[in-house]
Amino acid sequence: MATPYVFNIQKFSVHDGNGIRTSIFFKGCPLSCLWCHNPESQRYQKELMLFHDRCTACGACVKRCPSGVNAIVDGKLVMDREKCNACGVCTDWCLQNAREIAGKEYTVEELVKEAEKDRMFYEESGGGVTLSGGEVMCQDMDYIEKLCRILSSKGYSVNIDTCGYAPYENFKRILPYVDTFLYDIKALDPEVHKHFIGVDNELILENLKKLSADGARINIRIPTIEGVNATEDFMNRVIDFLQANHISVAQVNLLPYHNTGKHKYGKLDRAYDEEGIFGVPDKERMELFKNIFVTHGYSNTNIGG
Amino acid sequence: MADEKVLETEASCCCGGGGYAKDYSGNQERGMNERIRRLRKISTTTQPHIYMERAVLETEVYKKYEGTVSVPELRALVLKHFFSNKKISIDDGELIVGEKGDGPQSAPTFPELCCHTLQDMHNMNDRKIVNFTVTEDDLKTQEELIIPYWENRSTRHKILNAMTDEWKAAYEAGIFTEFMEQRGPGHTVGSENIFKKGYLDYQNDIKEAIKNLDYMNDPKALDKKAQLNAMSICCDAIMILGKRYADLARKMAEECTDEQRKKELLQIAANCDVVPAHKPQTYWQAIQHYWFTHLAVTTELNPWDAYSPGHFDQHLGSYYEKDVADGILTRDQALELMECLWVKFYNQPAPPKVGITLKESSTYTDFCNINTGGITPDGKDGVNEVSYIILDCMDEMRLVQPNSNVQISRKNPQKFLKRACEIAREGWGQPCFYNTEAIVQELMNAGKSLEDARKGGSSGCVETGAFGTEAYILQGYFNLPKIFELTLFNGVDQMTGKQLGLQTGDARDFKTYDELWDAYKKQINYFLDIKVRGSNIIEQIFAEYMPVPFLSIVTSDCIENGMDYNAGGARYNTSVIQGVGIGTITDCLSAVKYNVFDQKKFTMDELLKALQANFEGYEDIHNLVANKTPKYGNDDDYADDLMKEVFDYFLDNVTARPNMRGGSYRVDMLPTTCHVYFGDVMIASANGRLAHKPVSDGISPEKGADVNGPTAVIRSCAKMDHLRTGGTLLNQKFTPETLAGEEGLNNLANYIRTYFNMDGHHVQFNVVHREMLQEAQKHPEEYKDLIVRVAGYSDHFRNLDKPLQDEIIDRTEQNFA
Repeated sequence: MATPYVFNIQKFSVHDGNGIRTSIFFKGCPLSCLWCHNPESQRYQKELMLFHDRCTACGACVKRCPSGVNAIVDGKLVMDREKCNACGVCTDWCLQNAREIAGKEYTVEELVKEAEKDRMFYEESGGGVTLSGGEVMCQDMDYIEKLCRILSSKGYSVNIDTCGYAPYENFKRILPYVDTFLYDIKALDPEVHKHFIGVDNELILENLKKLSADGARINIRIPTIEGVNATEDFMNRVIDFLQANHISVAQVNLLPYHNTGKHKYGKLDRAYDEEGIFGVPDKERMELFKNIFVTHGYSNTNIGG
Repeated sequence: MADEKVLETEASCCCGGGGYAKDYSGNQERGMNERIRRLRKISTTTQPHIYMERAVLETEVYKKYEGTVSVPELRALVLKHFFSNKKISIDDGELIVGEKGDGPQSAPTFPELCCHTLQDMHNMNDRKIVNFTVTEDDLKTQEELIIPYWENRSTRHKILNAMTDEWKAAYEAGIFTEFMEQRGPGHTVGSENIFKKGYLDYQNDIKEAIKNLDYMNDPKALDKKAQLNAMSICCDAIMILGKRYADLARKMAEECTDEQRKKELLQIAANCDVVPAHKPQTYWQAIQHYWFTHLAVTTELNPWDAYSPGHFDQHLGSYYEKDVADGILTRDQALELMECLWVKFYNQPAPPKVGITLKESSTYTDFCNINTGGITPDGKDGVNEVSYIILDCMDEMRLVQPNSNVQISRKNPQKFLKRACEIAREGWGQPCFYNTEAIVQELMNAGKSLEDARKGGSSGCVETGAFGTEAYILQGYFNLPKIFELTLFNGVDQMTGKQLGLQTGDARDFKTYDELWDAYKKQINYFLDIKVRGSNIIEQIFAEYMPVPFLSIVTSDCIENGMDYNAGGARYNTSVIQGVGIGTITDCLSAVKYNVFDQKKFTMDELLKALQANFEGYEDIHNLVANKTPKYGNDDDYADDLMKEVFDYFLDNVTARPNMRGGSYRVDMLPTTCHVYFGDVMIASANGRLAHKPVSDGISPEKGADVNGPTAVIRSCAKMDHLRTGGTLLNQKFTPETLAGEEGLNNLANYIRTYFNMDGHHVQFNVVHREMLQEAQKHPEEYKDLIVRVAGYSDHFRNLDKPLQDEIIDRTEQNFA
């Protein structure tokens, strides 16, 4: 496989596991959740993001682009994305800073060096490195395994933020180096899952069972979305599933949905069709869901990361 | 200095937490009980005003004695006459007594330092901010009595007469400022000296020193005699003031019908029978004793940064424990007395400033700064119950004066750090955090003994000093980015067209970055020579004409040496120059090196034209330097290495230059509000900063330059060797969600500990609030560092679309439950 692209390295990340962490976001995901707030994370290739609301159609990019991607048509900027190889030359000369490249190549060593910069924070706070995405488990696993091995050998806690949709063999390879898996459950009904997320959830649930059986430390994360899964019934069914399968859970995080990613779709010249379908659960409902978990013995349940 | 252009807003400043701190000292009803709420309200709602009585009484003494007694004795007689005759009062409900002027918000003038013109006084009265009411009577007194006598006698007059043309040109161009132009040397802090003796005891020490003078061998014996006599007169002065308050309280008690208040007044009288003449016996007396000392130091002369009680918690700790054990004090009473003292501090605005001095320090704040926590002189954990009382007081009172910081040592309990973090995350700027281990090493590196170093701490903004043993005098701010501007234009000031600096060559002819760097070094050194020469002369003027015999009593070893604080009598004597704009200068160097020499994206000629045009018509160059260039504050070695280079050069060329008091020069990296003034005197700079905009503050990155979050900022900052400085200042901002809950508190505490493990000197926090986000929406380029929690993820605020920004603004409230 090709070297993975990283689309963001977030330092002082305090919502993706314990302590002060560095979160590394890999580009590319096998799912296509309709509500995805990071559409730039879905494709495995580098992409140019264009902030349309900033663009004044000044034409600087037309002049600078070596591939003839940009044109001004009727006073508006038009991009032929087929031609764009995301070389990034235009981003230097865009006066409105309306252009960014999503996706950057790093060697494993470069990523380790980047993570190492905040070593003293990890040690003081019990933090570490979180690998996220996109989907980290669907990247070149030789690369990911090596990254996990080196980070772990340096004593850093490694967390894996995953949707679970990957061959179990991939999980098996990194298991010895991972401190905690932050594992998403979005829907239990396979049909619902397929409708909203594009794939069946059988593999996801099977992997969760196997991970638990193999002794992994697991935080369950539930993106809670009105219109999809923000119901008492769903929470109870998740609990039934966890208990029936003896899945050991270190922590439950209920992540209230926010209609916040839609502005990003425009930047990729993609449509966000689902406006109005998904709703934001209010505070009271989130508390209610939390209580359901707490009363079933999941005392370490939090709203938010 | 007729030009009284007042800055539009009270700019971000070292004390009270930086640019975003809201002023909480308005009309809010705060305080633990009715008494405190009332006193606090009076303090925060009274309009600051000029107080002429001191100047009038001083003039009487000078007219009577000048030429007949020595200068130190003359100065001591001023204090004695003032304390013997000033009007005094005890306000309803007060438990700690004494004011510099005639009540809250009353600011004495000091014509011996700076004799205000009538125009100055009109300006003070009329200006929009930091104004002082001046009455017709005040103007008349100034015109008829003060100006005729003091106009040509003031130290300001002497200083301006003694300076060279080069000095004046550089001063007026904003290359540096001069602290002593309107106020006296100070920047000093009290120690246990104040609490272990009364002034009668000190008077005996002074007598002993006079007895031991060696007229057979010491050519300075007669000068020393005069100095010691002056100190003894000052002891009389403060004891007279104490007695007057004892008498007044007793008299008021006789007339008082309220039994409770009568009892309090009698206790105040009893306290003033003991202090300041004798060593305090109780917690209450100890506070009153400090306050008398504070009044004496700050009315004897007008020293920068007023005065502070040092490690107040440690000095009060044993009094508190004893009184509680004896059953004469409860914790609540101890807190109430502390809150009474807080009101007293807040009652004293910094004496009025004008001209450039107002610009470098545009605030009423007088920079009292109380150190809480840290370690004891024998190296143990210094936190005691009074430390927590002070934190509770700070939290309750929310006053910008006194500024109270915490010193965090690795020996301090986590509970103490977390309690301080709890207050800091409320977002009003206090407490700020200092690193005890760094302070001790900084002081030892500057030649202090281990014990004296442990007794030290920070004062003013962030300045390191050995409390009670050191005269560490700030000399002025030094404009590093402006000197780079001059370098780019061969020494010609772009604001005036005058040749101000050296002719180091046409920058367009420089073939390499190193040639530019060499030219910049020459210019720095040229202006440092001018600055230091001027400061040395000013030190001599103060040593000769403006001794401070009272401050000398409580500063070791002035009595033993028979020498004044302002003349090298202290155990340690340091002069400090404050570097300003390290973030801006680093990014300027990076912008030129990266774009002109490394990447060759544009030429030097194009850059210079762009700067002169304030980037108008050069938007592509502006965009490259502002947004596409490595910057300080991102843990990027390309920029951070340049920061180290310029910092080291500046520091190496200041440090160890001898001063005129037997000590040497050192460097601080702090701005007060001077970064605003220093930016105002500049055209656009190579990092994309537009003309007249502020330069970066302290060691913080340039506004909007840091985009990698708070850990990257302190990693960059820690690449500077703080331990070689006398203090650095770092402002940091956080969103409330980052700090929420127990976890947020732990993360903040761990963040501070980590910075301190890296030898960081100081950090203070702003917490993002709605108004700041609204600003960020309007000026996204200045808030590139602002990261907000959106939902299950965080993003740069500037990258969100407007509806989402609006939503985040709506839900941003400071709620840490």
